[in-house]
Amino acid sequence: MTTTVPAKTPQQIHPHKFTLWVAMGSILMMFAALTSAYIVKKNQSSWLEFDLPQIFNYSTVVMLLSSVTIYLSVRAFKAGKMGNYRTLVTVTALLGISFIVMQWIGFKDLEAQDIALTGSKSNSAASFLLVITGIHMVHVLGGVIALLIIFIRAYAVKIRNYSSLPIELAGAYWHFVDVLWIYLFIFYNWIG
Amino acid sequence: MSNEAVLHPHSVAATHEGHGVHHEHHHHETFISKYVFSQDHKMIAKQFLITGMVWAVLGGLMSVLFRLQLGYPDSSFPWLEDILGKWAKGGHITPEAYYALVTTHGTVLVFFVLTAGLSGTFANFLIPLQIGARDMASPFLNMLSYWFFFAASIVMLSSIFVETGPFSGGWTAYPPLSALGDASPGSKTGMDLWIVSMALFVVSSLLGGLNYIATILNMRTKGMSMTRLPLTIWALFFTAVLGVLSFPVLLSGFILLIFDRNFGTSFYLSDIYINGVGALPNEGGSAILFQHLFWFLGHPEVYIILLPAMGMVSEILSVNSRKPIFGYMAMIGSLFAIAILAFLVWAHHMFVTGLNPLLGSVFVLLTLLIAVPSAIKVFNWLTTLWRGNIRFTSGMLFAIGFVSLFISGGLTGIWLGNSALDIHLHDTYFVVAHFHIVMGVASMFGMFAGIYHWFPKMYGRYLNNTLGYIHFWVTIAGAYMIFWPMHYEGLAGMPRRYYDYSIWESFKQFVELNRFISLVSMIVFAVQLLFLFNFFYSIFKGRKVTSLNPWSANTLEWTTPLRPGHGNWPGEIPEVHRWPYDYGKDGQDFISQTTPVGEEESHH
Repeated sequence: MTTTVPAKTPQQIHPHKFTLWVAMGSILMMFAALTSAYIVKKNQSSWLEFDLPQIFNYSTVVMLLSSVTIYLSVRAFKAGKMGNYRTLVTVTALLGISFIVMQWIGFKDLEAQDIALTGSKSNSAASFLLVITGIHMVHVLGGVIALLIIFIRAYAVKIRNYSSLPIELAGAYWHFVDVLWIYLFIFYNWIG
Repeated sequence: MSNEAVLHPHSVAATHEGHGVHHEHHHHETFISKYVFSQDHKMIAKQFLITGMVWAVLGGLMSVLFRLQLGYPDSSFPWLEDILGKWAKGGHITPEAYYALVTTHGTVLVFFVLTAGLSGTFANFLIPLQIGARDMASPFLNMLSYWFFFAASIVMLSSIFVETGPFSGGWTAYPPLSALGDASPGSKTGMDLWIVSMALFVVSSLLGGLNYIATILNMRTKGMSMTRLPLTIWALFFTAVLGVLSFPVLLSGFILLIFDRNFGTSFYLSDIYINGVGALPNEGGSAILFQHLFWFLGHPEVYIILLPAMGMVSEILSVNSRKPIFGYMAMIGSLFAIAILAFLVWAHHMFVTGLNPLLGSVFVLLTLLIAVPSAIKVFNWLTTLWRGNIRFTSGMLFAIGFVSLFISGGLTGIWLGNSALDIHLHDTYFVVAHFHIVMGVASMFGMFAGIYHWFPKMYGRYLNNTLGYIHFWVTIAGAYMIFWPMHYEGLAGMPRRYYDYSIWESFKQFVELNRFISLVSMIVFAVQLLFLFNFFYSIFKGRKVTSLNPWSANTLEWTTPLRPGHGNWPGEIPEVHRWPYDYGKDGQDFISQTTPVGEEESHH
């Protein structure tokens, strides 16, 4: 048995990673549809103008921070620093969860200001904010669940020489939902 | 490597010293892992096919039932009450039942039969076999794709049995009928189930589409460059791209619809008064917004249905004409053009919604542009047939039938694409005739062609040819007899979706014609049952295939064993040296893609 890695065939990208990229394109189309519906609706009658909840500014910072930690955790994994890796993945997942909670608090803030998100008194401006942000939250939650699964697997040491593919996939996805939120944040504030 | 990585992820992950050679692993296959939760693309294809067939029978039967109402509005059929109960009181299909039948027929045929049943079956079956891969990029997601479809099917099926009936507001599910439970009986539980089912279906389509794209771009065998792919694969590739980009938009539209239905928001609703309920508080919504979101999927969906049929027909025409496909690159180019234009024409479904006429004329122009790639394709199919050494197999007949239907149905598309004409023709039987011929029946013909042609690879047996001929001739004659007269009805202004035309002075003249159409539709339906008999009988008792390559075709699927196992090729995957259409070249009947290019060989 040799220990050398066999000469690599010109294999550019793992099919699963490629699948993920296509899936990102697909998710992007969903948000493109929602935000263009938002623009269409905004240019029609009875559109309520209101300021974004303050806390969205802080949640944006949390999201950016989590992108840094996931980046570092992928690096730690590749460098074989498993202790660092576990800490960083945990921190990323926690940041993800706090992001979701902060968005939720933002919705509560709006309701406290008498801006109904749902129900008969709601204006579609606020409902759009709820639906679009809510769908993004679901996507972040998906990322958190993916991290948890990888994390549990990292402790199950049945497979010794495991590949870095799962954490790379999770990392790419995490950056994607991050960028997606930046887009939405810019959209709400300056475009829509 | 990637092929091995997909089939045996753990072995590759665990040992870095992979040899790059495929070992025949003996999977311990149980009944469950082989036939139910299978991850083998060939078995998943058969699951899609047979589920699609069940839906085709149900959806077809629904059309027979509502044709009964349209053809014989004054007669009563006591046996209908026996099967349908309160939905056919006194032997008459009730208006509610009629609309529910029309709606479910549309939904089921468009999504479950011609999307899942057609591209689900043949993308799964043909992509790995024709590009030379052991399986899909992710066999697990592929399995999930089927089971999401299965779940969608169960939910849709259950909606038929709820007390208030299935959704009845048309397959396009426009609000307010779809958004307000009080709007009609079908808008209650039936609509809830409809939307859950469709959401599951979107997930299934997306999982499938992602896999098809990743597989085609990443898993091709050595030598299989993109321009050596059979046209089936190109067509399935563009189909998957269309689905992956347009289904999420539909899902967005559905999510907003769910909020309007269940959480009192006003995305689509404004100023509505319901008899018996009163005025609704919803303010400021726009029903047209849903139409935009819906048709942004809805139009690409037409090509999601049609492109796989086009691809298979191209392949089957070439194989059975014993000639190379005419204009291979033009075929790819026209598929590409259709895929792009598919996203730019959705508003031609909305000419009469108060669309700005200037915007309308832009959509007219873009719509009419589709005629160009379509005409290129038709020209190439006809020139492929031209002076070919044609073998009239059942598959070939259906492929030729597809070309015929595509021409007849495509020409009326040029009428409807003009906004000025559409003002008169919109929502008449002219539209019904157009889309049934060009999209519905034509794609069914592509599907039949594919089934007859690849059945030997699927089950190692042939379908009965005589039954195939009967199936073909009755179906093509019947399809024209059903839908051709509808053009005249539509030109005379007969609207679609009405329950009873005999009470209208203007449409009384069509009573006999409607009866004729209904009669033919029953005969055609019966012949489809004959096909089903042929299909299931032949799986077990059909004539056995003895040669590896029964049609003398060039593509890779015919280099696999008679009944390929999971992994498709027992040894190494064959290498590809040429394009798939070397028929009749240098005096040779056919040259398989795996044959190296000879020294003396002429260039194509």
